Amino acid sequence: MKGDGKNEDCKGLNLDRRKFLKITGLSVAGLSFSSVFSFIPKGSFANQSKQKTSPSIRKWAMVINLAACAKRPNCSDCIDACNIVHNIPTLKTPKKEIKWIWKVPYVSAFPENIHLPVKNGLKGLPVMVLCNHCENPPCVKVCPTKATWKREDGIVMMDYHRCIGCRYCMAACPYGARSFNWFDPRLFLKTVYQDFPTRTKGVVEKCNFCEERVARGFLPACVEACKENAIVFGDLANADAEVSKILQERHCIVRKPHLGTEPKVFYII
Amino acid sequence: MLSKALIGGKKYWMWIIMLGAIALAGFSSYLLQLRFGLGITGMGKNVSWGLYISNFTFFVGVAASAVMVVLPYYLHNYKQFGKITVFGEFLAVSSVVMTILFIFVDLGQPARALNIIRYASPKSLLFWDMVVLNVYLLMNIIIGWKTLNAERKSEQQPFWIKILIIISIPWAISIHTVTAFIFSGLVARPFWLTAILAPRFLASAFASGPAILVLICFVIKRISGFDTGREAIGKLVQIIAYATVINIFLLLAEMFTVFYSDIPEHSQYFDLLFFGTKGYYLLSPFMWLSMVLAWLSAFVFINPHTRKNDIFLIGACLAVIISVWIEKGLGLVVSGFVPSPLGEITRYIPSNHEIAITVGIYAIGLLILTALVKIAISVKSEV
Repeated sequence: MKGDGKNEDCKGLNLDRRKFLKITGLSVAGLSFSSVFSFIPKGSFANQSKQKTSPSIRKWAMVINLAACAKRPNCSDCIDACNIVHNIPTLKTPKKEIKWIWKVPYVSAFPENIHLPVKNGLKGLPVMVLCNHCENPPCVKVCPTKATWKREDGIVMMDYHRCIGCRYCMAACPYGARSFNWFDPRLFLKTVYQDFPTRTKGVVEKCNFCEERVARGFLPACVEACKENAIVFGDLANADAEVSKILQERHCIVRKPHLGTEPKVFYII
Repeated sequence: MLSKALIGGKKYWMWIIMLGAIALAGFSSYLLQLRFGLGITGMGKNVSWGLYISNFTFFVGVAASAVMVVLPYYLHNYKQFGKITVFGEFLAVSSVVMTILFIFVDLGQPARALNIIRYASPKSLLFWDMVVLNVYLLMNIIIGWKTLNAERKSEQQPFWIKILIIISIPWAISIHTVTAFIFSGLVARPFWLTAILAPRFLASAFASGPAILVLICFVIKRISGFDTGREAIGKLVQIIAYATVINIFLLLAEMFTVFYSDIPEHSQYFDLLFFGTKGYYLLSPFMWLSMVLAWLSAFVFINPHTRKNDIFLIGACLAVIISVWIEKGLGLVVSGFVPSPLGEITRYIPSNHEIAITVGIYAIGLLILTALVKIAISVKSEV
């Protein structure tokens, strides 16, 4: 699995992890931004490379196309890809499960939208749900140790070494996006993916928008794994990015908009 | 003065040993939880807080209720409470210790507990709860101890203690208010998202706490012969009666808004809690029991014929305690998680280890209370 996300150009460069981080660090500072992302195929978030003056602050966002996703009703490619690269354990009992991205019925994801007429019978279909990386995250303010926080680029992060496991964030998340390690997760891993830490028992975890991959110029694992290109990831602060264009052109919804959390995972219906 | 807790008859030591054994049994279950993780409890992804946080909530209330004896005695100079004020303060001490233990056993990474201080987060209500509870614990230890010491030496209380006592009155209100705010500020949980939660918490606390105190008075009288006086108990009963009625009223007010507005987001919780749904009736019988007990005890406390009868009184006090424990324990904490934000209905049944740990913490609380009350009675009997 390791490195399969790398683009051909990238392989040619043969950069190690430290160099990658260095380059990304520079790009955050606003330097050589376009060169870092130019190897990513057009049509994804690489549209940013067109922009000469790169914005210093990015806002990562995701758009999920329900109709495209629905073309493969039994597909779990995005879930599997995520589980592997993040060392997510497989627990048989649903009560103790760890979930970063998973499938739920439309009515569970959008309980307030069930009265909307939705075309193509989408209502009966499952919806991929994950952490919404809210602009106004309720989980962040309740954390008594600042073990979860929002970065400038909008990604809501978790520090597995600081979390005390009080689960206040789980009570505060309106999307049920957080999971707790009720047992030692390492006991339930068949293989360990070396590029991402495993967790200990007693800490909370959730989707991190693949920040470890984004930092190295890769797309999130779920985006890459999707054969229908149903998931688009990119920079909302860049008007030319594909996510921004989709949001302008298509009718998109978010989960529980009335709560004012401002999710950054959008759904095309 | 501390040595007075070490002088006792055979029955006293039997009681202490029994409590110690229960606490040890709970501790052995806790070691298991420490080793395997919180997975050995009945909690899960959807119901992520259970018996521990329920008990935490209940005992913060009991601790806060000490204010109901302190306030009349010190602010209104109600002398009859002179004999029981120190019991109220010691009940608060043991209750706060229990609440801290209940939070502690609920942590997934207890070794990192001090992160709450190292990375202090003023935006988190849990941080503030930690602050107010610990300060309240310290206050009550100092106040109770100094008062008793002054009494022993037949001296006046030092002036600074009186100031501390005055501060402890609003502080008691604050511990339960902050505890309610832990729940009532979460957009994710419409069941808790109500401004009436803090007032409800205080009302139910002022019913259940003094009820426990009345029972303590009866037990003390029976065992040691130390009489706290009929009038003091009568006054406590009055407080319990009003608090119970106000608590019922506040719950009904909440239910009016929920059911009349009929916003599914709010009403679905109450529907499930009181009526259940196909295959899920777990909490509803308990909730109805809680309601019936609250009404019955209110009747006993108000009716002059029944409230003067010891048997009725003890029964009604027990009824209030059980009613409030259900209502703001499992009924409040667990119900906030059912249904989950994704509409899932999850059954929560505490595991045996979870129950053992909980009972173990009760035993520790009772041990502390027994020792403190024993000291207080010894001092008061000497004077």
